[in-house]
Amino acid sequence: MTNRYNRHIILSEIGQEGQDKISKAKVLVIGAGGLGCPILQYLTAAGIGTLGIVDFDVVEISNLQRQILFGTSSLGENKAEAAKEHLKDLNDSISITSYPKKLTHKNAIELFNQYDIIVDGSDNFATRYLVNDASVITNKPLVFGSIYKFEGQVSVFNYSNGPSYRCLFPTPPEKGAVPNCSEIGVLGVLPGIIGTMQANEVLKIILGLGKPLSGKLLCYNALNNQSITLKINRSASEIETVLNSKDSFHTQDIEEVCEIEIDTISITEVITQSNIQIIDVRETHETPKVESLDVTYMPLSTLESQLEKINPEKKKVIFCQSGIRSKKAVSILKEFNVNNCYSIIEGAPDIFKLTKKEPSSDLSGFKNLTGLQNIKNND
Amino acid sequence: MLIRIKYFGQIAEVTQKEEESLEFSGVLISELLEHIYSKYNTLKNKDFQIAQNQELVSLETELSGKEIALLPPFSGG
Repeated sequence: MTNRYNRHIILSEIGQEGQDKISKAKVLVIGAGGLGCPILQYLTAAGIGTLGIVDFDVVEISNLQRQILFGTSSLGENKAEAAKEHLKDLNDSISITSYPKKLTHKNAIELFNQYDIIVDGSDNFATRYLVNDASVITNKPLVFGSIYKFEGQVSVFNYSNGPSYRCLFPTPPEKGAVPNCSEIGVLGVLPGIIGTMQANEVLKIILGLGKPLSGKLLCYNALNNQSITLKINRSASEIETVLNSKDSFHTQDIEEVCEIEIDTISITEVITQSNIQIIDVRETHETPKVESLDVTYMPLSTLESQLEKINPEKKKVIFCQSGIRSKKAVSILKEFNVNNCYSIIEGAPDIFKLTKKEPSSDLSGFKNLTGLQNIKNND
Repeated sequence: MLIRIKYFGQIAEVTQKEEESLEFSGVLISELLEHIYSKYNTLKNKDFQIAQNQELVSLETELSGKEIALLPPFSGG
């Protein structure tokens, strides 16, 4: 193994002693997406002894523009498992565990307790606040990174009595107030830069080298190459509030519980039923449009402001590109007491293919539906 | 005094610029913020924190700096 890590070991600041620290370190990465991919790639290459990867999502074609661990052969696979598979080839001398599930208030504490450092590469505020709070409770340093279009933020929280994410932004913005990458787009190389900075912070913490970004928020702009580092102060009351929630922490899973209870339905069943409203929650630019069916368009990003489009008399069946956002939509609608909602299992490309009408007939378009179950949704 | 204000992320999309200089004579950060709101009304609906001379500050902080930054949270990953 000496040869593999030779370029680390010959640095007097690291040496064999430093490399041993790296190989003893246990790091948990939340999210194997735009940020997670470069984080995982560099930490694996560096020889972090124990790596954990949490991600419930599957690889979609639109991920490949920036999520560099995946190729077309990974489409449809779980991201944590696909990442592990790829990383094993990069370095088979370390231990990698994939957790192909959603991080929840129920499982976070037990999971975090098994690691030394937590890295946040998630893509939504609910998970970011959950990761922060669980890091505070388990007293683990948290290497934070987040991105927006051409800009990124990096920091180290809960380190050496430093501030937490809530000391910077005490409460999550309202749902939908800040769009994410899938809604607004992101420069592919940006998570590469920010994720690599996060991997750098992880190594600095393990090695005790330099000054980790504790108490500081680094803001980077890829378009003008400006970066600015802002000082964040620890707010004892914010941290105390989180610590006080320790005993009831595992019960705060309202959102996740809803998600588990979401009813799903196959498009084959949908087209045999009457008195249904079919809703497309994809953003307006997404294709293919399913024009063969009578579809109500309600993009997820603005769902809550369009509730008047819902027909209370009908059964609501909801679809998106792959069946993930449609579940989210059902859970949001439940919050607004809109019931009788189902998430369609198939994604838009399959629904499009299977409901496409022949030019001369009204019903013949449905004749292929029996083969539906065998078609893999790979977008 | 002349204050240099930097805008990030969604905030810069509202102001249509990444920075500008404003002449302002108030005392508190909150007063400066009201002044900024009067220029960009829709900023009222945005979440952000304020830094003065590269340090995060509360609204009650006295205005002392030459540089203010309006910093929104990002969720993307």
